[in-house]
Amino acid sequence: MSTTMSAGSTRSPRDEHHDPAPSDPAAPRGAAAPHPAAARSAGPRSAAPDPAEPDPAPSHPDLAGAVDQPLQVLAVDGTRRPEAQLDPCLRDVDEAQLAALFLDMSVIRALDDEAVALQRQGELGLWPPLRGQEAAQIGLARALPERDFFFTSYRENGVAWCRGVEPAEMLSVWRGTTLSGWDPFARRMATPQVIIGAQTHHAVGYAMAMAARGQEDIAIACFGDGAMSQGDVSEAMVFAASFRAPVLFFCQNNHYAISEPVALQSTVPLSHRPLGFGIPSLRVDGNDVLAVRAATRLAAERIRSGAGPMFLEAVTYRLGPHTTSDDPTRYRDETELERWRERDPILRLDRHLERLGAPVAQLRTEADERGREAADALRDAVAALPVPAPEALFEHVLTSEHPGLARQREQLTALEASLAPAGSAS
Amino acid sequence: MTTMTMAAALNAALADALAADEDVLLIGEDIGTLGGVFRITDGLQDRFGAERVIDAPLAESGIVGTSVGMAYAGRRPVCEIQFDGFVFPAFDQLVAQVARLHYRTGGRVRMPLVIRIPFGGGIGAVEHHSESPEAFFAHTPGLRVVTVADPQDACSTMRAAIACDDPVILLEPKRRYWGKGEVDTSLTADLDSARVLRRGRDATLVAYGPLVVTALEAAAAAEDDGIDLEVIDLRSLAPLDRDTVAASVRRTGRLVVAHEASGTVSLSSEVITCVIEDCFEHLEAAPERVTGYDVPYPPAALEDHHLPGIDRILDAVDRTLGRRSSREAA
Repeated sequence: MSTTMSAGSTRSPRDEHHDPAPSDPAAPRGAAAPHPAAARSAGPRSAAPDPAEPDPAPSHPDLAGAVDQPLQVLAVDGTRRPEAQLDPCLRDVDEAQLAALFLDMSVIRALDDEAVALQRQGELGLWPPLRGQEAAQIGLARALPERDFFFTSYRENGVAWCRGVEPAEMLSVWRGTTLSGWDPFARRMATPQVIIGAQTHHAVGYAMAMAARGQEDIAIACFGDGAMSQGDVSEAMVFAASFRAPVLFFCQNNHYAISEPVALQSTVPLSHRPLGFGIPSLRVDGNDVLAVRAATRLAAERIRSGAGPMFLEAVTYRLGPHTTSDDPTRYRDETELERWRERDPILRLDRHLERLGAPVAQLRTEADERGREAADALRDAVAALPVPAPEALFEHVLTSEHPGLARQREQLTALEASLAPAGSAS
Repeated sequence: MTTMTMAAALNAALADALAADEDVLLIGEDIGTLGGVFRITDGLQDRFGAERVIDAPLAESGIVGTSVGMAYAGRRPVCEIQFDGFVFPAFDQLVAQVARLHYRTGGRVRMPLVIRIPFGGGIGAVEHHSESPEAFFAHTPGLRVVTVADPQDACSTMRAAIACDDPVILLEPKRRYWGKGEVDTSLTADLDSARVLRRGRDATLVAYGPLVVTALEAAAAAEDDGIDLEVIDLRSLAPLDRDTVAASVRRTGRLVVAHEASGTVSLSSEVITCVIEDCFEHLEAAPERVTGYDVPYPPAALEDHHLPGIDRILDAVDRTLGRRSSREAA
């Protein structure tokens, strides 16, 4: 286990504040003591309150009270726990909805596993597995209407799934046939961002534009714990707070930025940081699909009401490597992994369904079948992804081709023609 | 036609664009109440409101990155970077995001941003206020990089830049902001083309931005010595209008390129390479360049030595003509 820490710190990267709630279902979730910063986070503009505007905080009096202890609805053993803040957002959840969430998570895991296999077989250059983060992504995306716009990082294939992106479209970038798998406007999801944290600005700008037009759409910025150290993320929170942008900052704390533990990015829970920017935040168990879904609804409702941005930290865990090129055994041990496998998000919902007396065996079979079908279809679709013609190199650099580029394109075409075997059609 | 300063001409172009299109907005530091440190946006917030003339937090990456998101939503942001030396915190958003989104998305996402940057020296400023960063951006595929040289050109080029669906880095020569000229605010420039500002037979003098005025002054001085210079304002640094330069050199046989930026891996490197590729056989002398030295921008007391002036330009002209120059005199 690496002990590399930020300067002067002697904390372990697995400090308790980076772990979700205790797994003992009998233990009451500690009524989280308000963080000292909570008093200042009552409203997005509490530093300079506008007396003409109602304080948005009262409708959610505890909004900043849960920044330390992740909010949880489903205990690790699958029991449903009362959660005063989130329960009102879960009244509509019935068995059919639980089954749908279970299938979503299961199918995206099957697709993710298939992508790993395809990479191992040389069909993809690289793949960033999401295993372990299914609840965070599905809970988020299934809580929001289609009109809201996602600006994500590159691991959010669960979000893409919910947005109707074809699995082969998700993989096309990693096969190297294109730089963008889908039409961002058709899916209401921007091309996943590779530069860490850069997309948070885009979400804020998009949200500001929506607000200026009087539209109710919100934007969602998805990023990870590593991004919290990027200047862009801090700047984005400054802009969002100052302009009350209708944007949801959704941070999946999966505990690692490649090999670096989250404690290297922050010595306090990540959910504390937005408070300093005047953005209320919640810390939620990211392996609990119902908690994520409910917290997202709570946040989205608040944002849509005009109260400004909000921040959710979904505490989860990346069970696989950072990418298929990574070797996580160099920086974390089996004991830690075992602890998190026990908190597997799909297993948790499975246990919950079982406790409810749902026909879970049938559901598991259906999930397996659908997953296998989706994976088989993905394998075929990936093999069929078209390789663009060499001339495509030159397309869309600007909105119209300039003479210098036309000249380079013609030179390439001439070279290729000169290399073609004699007698072949040019 | 009205006589106005370059600053007023830019202000008029921005005001017209804001009035003509609801999607156009301005964003930058101190551009609202103050009207910008150079007053280019003077009065625009009063006229168009704080939602369209936005005073941004002091974060250049944020200014550009937020504008990217706005462009996703169909807006046409015009960003002001307060000084040339302040653009570097926005470098990732410019070269890794703005420049690539159209290409990345196969043409689905357009980035009709204008990034206004007052650039260049000659105002006795402290460090980071006199830079010429154009080569960084001209090197980046997906960005248009344009410069302006006089009030009419500033107004016409700004109008064209805002109307353009590509991202445009628009470099404004800050030491020329207060120069006056006749301006027809209804004209729109062609962003792709260089301008031949003075016809001449003996040598081609290529400049852009702040040195266009200097080049014209040098040509006037050369005339006294019986030397007839052709002066070209490149205006667009990317894409480069190499055809206009090559056509001129075919007639004159001689080339001098002048800019404030350091010479190594610069616009002069590119222009001279293009001329060699396009019309090598027409050259009667080795091309010359007159540029800032390969040093960080110096303290103000030394900037007159660093910046290409009339004497240095004419010295280079003399060399291309085989006349006695400073290098022989040494």
